[in-house]
Amino acid sequence: MATKPRTLFDKIWDSHLVEMQPDGTGLLYIDRHLVHEVTSPQAFEGLRVAHRKVHRPDATITVPDHNVPTSNRAGGIKDEESRIQVELLERNAKEFGLTYFGMDDIRQGIVHIIGPEQGLTQPGMTIVCGDSHTATHGAVGALAFGIGTSEVEHVLATQTLIQRRPKNMKVEVNGTLGLGVTPKDVILAIIGKIGIAGGTGHVIEYTGDVFRRMSMEGRMTVCNMSIEGGARAGLVAPDAITFDYLKGRPYAPKAGAWEQALAFWKTLPSDPGAHYDTTVSLDAATIVPLVTWGNKPEHVVPITGVIPNPDDEPDEERRNGMRRALDYMALKPGTKMTDIAVDHVFIGSCTNGRIEDFRAAAAVAKGRKVAPGVRAMAVPGSGLVKHQAEEEGLDKILLEAGFEWREPGCSMCLAMNDDKLKPGERCASTSNRNFEGRQGPGGRTHLVSPAMAVAAAIAGKLADVRQLG
Amino acid sequence: MDKFTTVTGVAAPLPTINVDTDMIIPARFLKTIQRKGLGKNLFDAQRYKPDGTENPDFVLNKPAYRKAQILVAGPNFGCGSSREHAPWALQDFGIRVVIAPSFADIFYGNSFKNGILLIALPQEICDQLMDDAKKGANARLTVDLETQTITRPDGSVVKFDIDPFRREALIDGIDEIGLTEQKRVEIGAFEDKARAAQPWLWVPAR
Ligand code: SF4
Repeated sequence: MATKPRTLFDKIWDSHLVEMQPDGTGLLYIDRHLVHEVTSPQAFEGLRVAHRKVHRPDATITVPDHNVPTSNRAGGIKDEESRIQVELLERNAKEFGLTYFGMDDIRQGIVHIIGPEQGLTQPGMTIVCGDSHTATHGAVGALAFGIGTSEVEHVLATQTLIQRRPKNMKVEVNGTLGLGVTPKDVILAIIGKIGIAGGTGHVIEYTGDVFRRMSMEGRMTVCNMSIEGGARAGLVAPDAITFDYLKGRPYAPKAGAWEQALAFWKTLPSDPGAHYDTTVSLDAATIVPLVTWGNKPEHVVPITGVIPNPDDEPDEERRNGMRRALDYMALKPGTKMTDIAVDHVFIGSCTNGRIEDFRAAAAVAKGRKVAPGVRAMAVPGSGLVKHQAEEEGLDKILLEAGFEWREPGCSMCLAMNDDKLKPGERCASTSNRNFEGRQGPGGRTHLVSPAMAVAAAIAGKLADVRQLG
Repeated sequence: MDKFTTVTGVAAPLPTINVDTDMIIPARFLKTIQRKGLGKNLFDAQRYKPDGTENPDFVLNKPAYRKAQILVAGPNFGCGSSREHAPWALQDFGIRVVIAPSFADIFYGNSFKNGILLIALPQEICDQLMDDAKKGANARLTVDLETQTITRPDGSVVKFDIDPFRREALIDGIDEIGLTEQKRVEIGAFEDKARAAQPWLWVPAR
């Protein structure tokens, strides 16, 4: 009997179901659990109170990233609450027998950077983390999604989660990307099209030749922002690019097991004719370098464009939302994006903090200077990214251009450490959220690609990287 | 977790679309290692002025709504991060029910785990309830989870749908981890099969 064609998501979901429960939820087995310091203290406390152990310490990795300082590590963490969170993670890791990559470990970095980098995230796995950008790991063809702290505790205790099966959404981008158009622009274009709630209730699979040709780093940038389109998870089918990326990574299967794993991974891509509940298509040729103007990632315009006018929006709530965003951002309809001056530039985060991002940044920065009055920061996503960038001399190029070159962490993506905007400051940022106050209370964020971030640093205002003479 | 049956209380109007988790509780308040105490910083950036004093224009600072137990909000409430601090802050403030046309996925799950009932209703009904909520001290709604009804100030009744699994979890206040632990045998059997099929996943990550 021929089996029904299944999507990549269907295959991973089906193979991880411990059982379907009578109420229609599934008990889903979790292969890998990544834990950081912000969303786990209450979960470990819950375990302690109930005298529970961690069910699979061997499948759990802990790393501090949100609170860590990105300069003067030797001085420790000055902010007391931040220090307590980081120290508590280390204590919890010890008490429950979990692997911990501490601040002085070169493997330390943003949880979503180090997972793939270490080979901890592999095709066909289920991966969770108490963090909404866990979708990043879907780039290797794993079902990876963010969970809350109660669920973190549930996974620690049982290695399972109770979940309702999400729907399948296919986002197809075919054609060839234009000059200066990066994976960041692709995902911003997708979010601009589907809206920030467009993927709610769905898992997105990114298909089409644009993703087939895209590097692993680029796929991670795309999958990372799935949640900004409302989807809990994003997936790219594993292929030769995936396997080449994973081979030889510290936690990737070793010789012998590798061949066995590879044979399995090759069965994962969606079957021809598999059903998707929703399909969205974009033509690669229509995607241009993008920038956000407001306080939601769907507020995108081409860098060559102008601030939209709320009066043109027919829906009242949306119109009010736009007005509120313009008010917060201190911007007026009709203003050319390239006329907007920036105070700050931030290159980093789990969206764009990988080696390719710093290569792209350095390529634009080379021989140029950051505009006077602009503070520009480059924050590698992990100790290993930092090390590699330094081997390649990227740090020197960025430093010479006037960037700061810092220690790895989340940094100004969400401003839990000292790296934050002051009220009213405007930043071109390679991170993923332009929410009000995201980069510091009163701070104003414009999301861009690494190349465009450097272009903004050099011009002193939002700028089209293609126009840089 | 507190058991949930009915709530009768003041509903506060928050007619904003896409209320995100950074708005509900900004990142700088995530440094706590406890679940309690976040209520004072709920909607911090809207509730307080930069000098720390209350913003009298924000709905929860208005006398009629200071003890609101119900929020009526715009679509896609709770979008953004997975931080459970968002429902913890709502709960600590005293919010037991949020009514909106739609909710973000992770926030949805997190809220129910903390005894907060989220009710998704069509936009037109939310609009009516929003009008009710704007009635200040008279903005009293009764939400009954057993009968799945909302009673409006004029006495009329609105029905709502709810996932039976979530409903039971709220009414009984169940310990989900405890329930899953009863599946020890099934989980063990699954693991034996998985270990045989994909042995490379069982090499310790250390
Ligand atoms: S870099 Fe930003 S989005 Fe990514 S995990 Fe850190 S705080 Fe979250």
